Amino acid sequence: MKVKYFAWVRERVGKAEETVEPPASVRTVDDLIAWLARRGEAYAHAFETPRVIRAAIDHAHVKPDTMIAGAREIAFFPPMTGG
Amino acid sequence: MATPVTIRIQQADFDIAQEIAALTKGRTDIGAVVSFSGICRGSEGGEAIAALTLEHYPGMAEAEIARHADTAMSRWPLTGLSVIHRVGRIIPGENIVLVLTASQHRQAAFEAAEFLMDYLKANAPFWKREESAAGTSWVDAQHHDDAAAARWTKS
Repeated sequence: MKVKYFAWVRERVGKAEETVEPPASVRTVDDLIAWLARRGEAYAHAFETPRVIRAAIDHAHVKPDTMIAGAREIAFFPPMTGG
Repeated sequence: MATPVTIRIQQADFDIAQEIAALTKGRTDIGAVVSFSGICRGSEGGEAIAALTLEHYPGMAEAEIARHADTAMSRWPLTGLSVIHRVGRIIPGENIVLVLTASQHRQAAFEAAEFLMDYLKANAPFWKREESAAGTSWVDAQHHDDAAAARWTKS
């Protein structure tokens, strides 16, 4: 699946998007955050406070316990500050 | 006739009068247009701001605005609606966002414009980065923005 990062999550990870293949044990958005956070220092820094990270699956906001099966694109970003 | 809806995300500035004219041209069913524009301030918390840079999530930003536009049209008898949100570098005094709501009577237009802005601030995927003498930093989300959006939730 494709993963996208925005704002300071993108800056900390050091890339805007990538394709990842998490193991089957990674079932929810929360699981994916925990799995990504173990990929290295940059990821650990980006995801050090999971409760502030917002997520979207295929362009729709989702909660941390949402299952990720079937997702084409998952995005992670900080709370929004537009308008 | 379907309610005309304009949603644009663009780097360029917009002309408020031109956008209102585009919304109302040739129409006789509009009795009220409410316009909200968000403008870049020159200071925040007493500190001077040189510029804001707006980042967005292409695709989702449009979808999220469209979703809220649909909700607004289902809750109020709107006869037209425009949302324009700028991205990129914006300096103090420049426009950031425009919401226009048109209706036969003012109350629906006022309420729908406020609803849309509250929802866009809390839910549309845009992020502001501030440039000041101290360097650049991402703007923190305000809890009162979430509270402002939450008050529209039907109990």
